Amino acid sequence: MAISVKVMQRPEPESTSYLRAALSGMALTFKHMVNPAKVTQQYPEEMTELSPRWRGTHVMEQHADGRPKCVACGLCPTVCPANCIRLVGGEDDQGNRYPIVYEIDEFRCIFCGMCQEVCPVEAIHVGRHFENAEYTRDRFVYDLDRLMEQDHPSTLLWDPSDPSSE
Amino acid sequence: MEPISGMPAVIAMAAKNLGIFTLVILVVAYATYAERRVSAFIQDRRGPNRVGPFGLLQPIADGIKNILKEETLPATASRLFFVLAPIMVLVPSLVTFAVIPIAAPLPTPWGVVDMIIADVPIGILYVLAFSSLAVYGVVLGGWASNNKYAFLGGLRASAQMVSYEVSLGLSLIAVLMLAGNVTLTEVVWQQQQLGMWYAFPLSLAFILFVISAFAETNRLPFDMPEAESELVTGYHTEYSAMKFSAFMISEFGHMVTASALMATLFLGGWDLPGAWDNAFWYNGQLISGFAANGDPILANPAAWKTLLTFAGFAAKTGFFLLLYIWIRWTLPRFRYDQVMALGWKVMLPTSLGYLMLVAMTILVLDEVGLHFGFLYGLVLTLVSGAASVACVFFLDRGRTIAGAAATASQKVEIKTIPTAVASVHAPGRH
Repeated sequence: MAISVKVMQRPEPESTSYLRAALSGMALTFKHMVNPAKVTQQYPEEMTELSPRWRGTHVMEQHADGRPKCVACGLCPTVCPANCIRLVGGEDDQGNRYPIVYEIDEFRCIFCGMCQEVCPVEAIHVGRHFENAEYTRDRFVYDLDRLMEQDHPSTLLWDPSDPSSE
Repeated sequence: MEPISGMPAVIAMAAKNLGIFTLVILVVAYATYAERRVSAFIQDRRGPNRVGPFGLLQPIADGIKNILKEETLPATASRLFFVLAPIMVLVPSLVTFAVIPIAAPLPTPWGVVDMIIADVPIGILYVLAFSSLAVYGVVLGGWASNNKYAFLGGLRASAQMVSYEVSLGLSLIAVLMLAGNVTLTEVVWQQQQLGMWYAFPLSLAFILFVISAFAETNRLPFDMPEAESELVTGYHTEYSAMKFSAFMISEFGHMVTASALMATLFLGGWDLPGAWDNAFWYNGQLISGFAANGDPILANPAAWKTLLTFAGFAAKTGFFLLLYIWIRWTLPRFRYDQVMALGWKVMLPTSLGYLMLVAMTILVLDEVGLHFGFLYGLVLTLVSGAASVACVFFLDRGRTIAGAAATASQKVEIKTIPTAVASVHAPGRH
């Protein structure tokens, strides 16, 4: 599609009046001044409706007994383009692998959601949440417990009824 | 009723000083709030509404913030003048209020109290003198900062304020000719006697005064000294914290004072329609007018009259404050040469010519022997109205403030083919 340019027809200087233009401008601003419809969003009270595809703060899914679903396979730290996931895996006496250390640096994270896509057991998810302000920088490294505590819904890119997108 | 005297007069004076200055500072603080709210409404926003109900405590929060902020002093600044400048701007903007009457005289058990801090005989001259002083602070602040933007702002401030002071003074002379006195209480009294406010019989002077007052207070569309898009913030670029705040307070203080002055000179001050509130000291007596045979009629001051007239004064001042804000968020800034052209080529000749016209009209009316009253004002209204219409008709046709179209004939045609492309395609160039 070609870009069209609108050429403004300006009146001749002999027929322009600053005063008249100023007064009509003031009428316009007055109309806006008394117009009760405002565009400001009163943020903490009025929240923006997040997109279902929104990718925000991570959530670690857990089993009913409170163990993380993560099996420490090491795929998410491998695929992570920002290199923000630190994983140290361990193995219990039945041979089940579990994460000893699982940390996500939310500052480095670019919220691409590839950790969620690559996870074979649907353990790690990106969530529909964005308010993670803290007083210190080190609070932005979320450890395993904190990731499991997150109670916001995970992104709708992942459907819990169809966990492996089949 | 006797005027107040002795010890009660001293106490009354102290109370008036304290009361009026507190009021002015309060109005200044809430003018900043009003500016932010009204600008927000004009732009379909909400403005500050978090601190207190409707954000009404916002000025206090701003004040605390400004006090707690760090005071910076540029390494190359002239320390003495850098500190002196905000004070020199702040003081003149506030002391001007001392000669403006704010309400009808208040009767007390000890005598009648005038609702004015100082009813000095030089009245308007005092106002002009102090409003001229403010420019020193601006220029000094700009120069002492040792910053090119601040310096340019200071230079512009001096040029602009000197230019518009001329037409400000000349449009005032029309008022003084009609009132026959320079004290502001007398100006109010004469408007009561005339039966109409000076905005009508001196309409062109009113228009000129409002425009000049905008330029004098450095408000848009005349905010050359602090043109944000050109000069960072102009003369107070280098100022921070409370010193910056002092500049801001003085800007709004100027606005409040200028609004009160416009209300007093052209909208009757505290006068409300009707003769019930008229009051003036005449030969030691408070009178409300003269009978047909020339005998003074004694006034009957009352507390409710004082309150009501004060409400009227506040409403008029508030109207001008709103006008200031409204215009600021409507009109774009003039170019520097447009400001100078408007000041010297339009405002000055117009105010001079109008001065002659008013003088002649008054002379003719006095020669005819017309009684100073409503008819007198009506004739002047017609003459001034004709002058205003003629002025707008002849001056406001692309000559005063010309838009882009006016300079179209001077524009050079710009070649649309870039030279690099043109040289490739030009045959026989190589």
